[in-house]
Formats: sequence, C-alpha cells, structure tokens
Amino acid sequence: MEWGPVKLTLLLAVVTTVILFVISIPLAYWLSYSRAKYKGVIESIVSLPLVLPPTVLGFYLLIAFSPESWFGSFLNDYLGIRLVFSFPGLVIGSVIYSLPFMVQPLQSGFSGVPRSYREASSLMGKSKWTTIAKVILPNMKSSLITGIVLTFAHTIGEFGVVLMIGGNIPDQTKVMSIAIYDEVESLNYGAAHLYSLALLIVMFLILLIVNLRKNKSSNLLN
Amino acid sequence: MVSNGNTFNLELDFEARSAQVVTVYGPSGSGKTTFFRLLAGLEKPDNGKIVMGDTVWFDAVQKIDLSPQKRSIGYVFQDYALFPNMSIRENLEFGLPKGASKQIIEELIDIVELGELLERKPATLSGGQKQRVALARALVQQPKVLLLDEPFSSLDDQIRFKLLKYLIKVHQKYQFTVFMVSHQLSEILYVSEQVMCLDNGIITKRGDVRTVFFNENISSKMNLVGEVVSITKADIVYRLDVLSQNSLFSVIVTEDDVRDLSIGDKIMLTSKAFNPVVIRLEK
Repeated sequence: MEWGPVKLTLLLAVVTTVILFVISIPLAYWLSYSRAKYKGVIESIVSLPLVLPPTVLGFYLLIAFSPESWFGSFLNDYLGIRLVFSFPGLVIGSVIYSLPFMVQPLQSGFSGVPRSYREASSLMGKSKWTTIAKVILPNMKSSLITGIVLTFAHTIGEFGVVLMIGGNIPDQTKVMSIAIYDEVESLNYGAAHLYSLALLIVMFLILLIVNLRKNKSSNLLN
Repeated sequence: MVSNGNTFNLELDFEARSAQVVTVYGPSGSGKTTFFRLLAGLEKPDNGKIVMGDTVWFDAVQKIDLSPQKRSIGYVFQDYALFPNMSIRENLEFGLPKGASKQIIEELIDIVELGELLERKPATLSGGQKQRVALARALVQQPKVLLLDEPFSSLDDQIRFKLLKYLIKVHQKYQFTVFMVSHQLSEILYVSEQVMCLDNGIITKRGDVRTVFFNENISSKMNLVGEVVSITKADIVYRLDVLSQNSLFSVIVTEDDVRDLSIGDKIMLTSKAFNPVVIRLEK
C-alpha cells in the first residue's frame, strides 16, 4: 500500500468540504427562505447528483473540460488551466457531485430555526449576515456537522466521477477508490484489501461518531 | 395583502400619539399580528402609508419601504425569540447598537430584575423570566415603538401583573409608544389609554379604553373591573365575591343585580367616589 492515494483522498475530501461549506450556506439559506417561483428548478438541479449515475456527470464534465470544448479551450488558452485529468478538475467534479450532501442538511437546518429569531435579529438592527453568523448558524449546529460529515465521507467514497475526469495519475488523481480498482485489475489483492479495509474502518468510525453525537444531543433534549 | 399564500384584507387608518399605550383587541384571525408585522416591516402592505413622527416608514406611492433594521421597533414575540445559543447577558448585548453605551443594559437589568439570570441560557428559564428578558431585550436599542404580541397570555395572573408593573415602569422611564395585543380586560384597563378593536381586518371601534368598553366618559365615579368568583344568598340580599386584579372583595347586592350573573362573568362595579379614603402607597 502506498501513502500517495491516502493523502490525495484526504486532501480532496478536505478541499471539497471546505468549498462546499462556503458556497452551500448562501445557497441553502436562499432555498429555505426564498419564495421565488423558479426555486423548484434550482432545488432539482442541486439534487440531481443524488440520482444521476456518476458516469453521466463525469461524462459531461469530461466533455466540458476537454481542450476541444469552448469552456476547456477558454481555460486553457486564457488562464492556462487544464482541468481534465488534474487535481483541480477533480475538485470541481467532487464539489458538484457532493453538492446535495451539504446543501440538503443545511437547508433543513435553516428551515428548523424559528422565523422569529431572524425577525428579532433584524428588528434589533442586525444585517442579514450578522444574523446568519451569530444567530442562525449557532442554532443549527447539528445540521452543520451532518452536512460536513456527509460531504467528507461522500467525497472519500466517490469513484465514478473521478475515474471519468481524473483517470489514474499517481499523486494527481489516483485516490483510494481508484487505487483499489487499479490493484484488483493488476490482481494485487493484498494491496486492494489494505485500501478497502482502511476505507471501511474510517467510514464506519465517522458514522459511529455522528450517530453517538446525535443520540447524545437528542437525549439532552428529552 | 397576501400572507402565507392566503389573501388577507386588512384596512387600517389610525393615529397614535407618541408615548401612548394602545391596545389592539380582537378575535383571533382579525389581523392583529399582521398589523404588527406591517408596522415592523416584516410584511409589506399593498397600499398606504406608515409614518412615524417625521419619518416615512412606508409609502406605496413613493415606493418607500424602510427595512425592519431602520424602523426603531422593539418587538416582543409570542414565542419570546430569545437566542438559545447566547446567555441572557449576551442576548441583551446583542441588541445594543454598535458603539452604544452599555449603561442602558445595566439600567434595564435593574428595572426588570434580571441580575441573577444573566449567565444562564434561555432554555433554563421559566416563562415569566423569559418574558422579562424578552421585554428588556426589545428595549436595549431604545426603540420609539414597542410591539407586544400577546406577551403575557401564557402566564398566570400573579406573574402577569408583576410584568405589567415592569412594563409601566420602563414605559414611564423611556417614553416609547406601545402597541399591545391583549384579550384580558383587566390587563387592558391596567396599562393602556387607547384601544383599537379589530375584526376581520377592519377597525370596528377605537378610542379611550373606558369609552370603548363601557360607553362612558371620565366621571366622578369609581369603576372596578373584575370577575365574579361566587354568589351567595344572605337573607334577603346577595353577597358577590369579586376578583379584581389581585384582590378579592365582597359586595352586597340585590336580587335584581345577580339575576343575569353567573360565576366567571366579567363585570364592572361602579360606585360614587365622593368621599374616599386616600392612602399613598409609593412615591
């Protein structure tokens, strides 16, 4: 077993989770409180990765990122960025693929905070952002933790999107799930076992911690 | 206007003097809370004007709509809306405008007696204590208008009157205009000067509390409002026990007086105030 795929997997999961956390807060806030007619459309787009085969998403991203497409050639020619088969491309793919895992818990968290908290805060002269940071987010901690943990775990477990747009380049795009596939293809079952077992244990521990926390906080409420 | 997806007609035309206590009275669904939300800028009226002193808060024609942040309103919500993540002190300090002196917080803590509760979290407080904190918090920014949406309805009589006393105290000190939703006649008579009766979104009656409720102007009579606790026959007369505010007393009445009365009825006792004994309680 090499450490390269392990480090890369963790790095991808951390970067994806941080980016998603930042963009999902305004998005989930808007989805919870907006009365816009096209909200349903945005909600459906956000949820698409839940139901689409990862290969579909990967396929479209591959086309979009490839230097032959207008988007890919624009990035390549003007900014000198190549997204296909690279780590930044992997990050973008993961962010899109894990989006619902962050947005949905946050959205239900926002909806769970009584409307009067928001209104009281704005009547006290506080801006929307102060209200979100000081009043709303601190009162939906369990949703924040759920969103972070689910996104992190889901990114570690991702395979299809990575394979399509990242390929199998050591220290660039070869994450653990790809490494397992690679080892099995080369009949290195021993190494595949090690990666698999490591993933299994880590994922189980993450879920265990979340569930223990959840039970503890619901006991406190009763 | 449209609220929660339903169309709701609310047509109001009124004025209130500054520093007055106005009660909004009416059955549920008559538009009391919506009226408050319109005043506070939490909902938008379709038409009309809201003017506070020299400031236009809302004007449909000129397209002026001041945000809730700028309206200088203190709002005591039915569910108190204290922030569970903050201690009582933090809740109060949150309402303080940037750069303002903390002096006002210390004053309010003193007046509504919150000293012992400051480091506690709202979840550990009783209903009456939460109400006191909510009242103090609404006043931290020294609003021009205080909105109380059935603030004391879930509290028992004793705590309610104690809170009303706090309300009177802070009102005297800071002189803001109060709008209060209330169903309790005793409460209304105790604190407010003006009353506005709402039904189905329209003002049906408004004016001085006694005129509205008893069709009577200020006179040399003493009026006591209370609730019949018991009616007992004593020889040829009847004894009526009445609970008014916090005191229980008995009056002797005739058979005619009690004919239509039953226990629990709200009544007003009127008596000539010709030569009363005056005792000073507080200075």
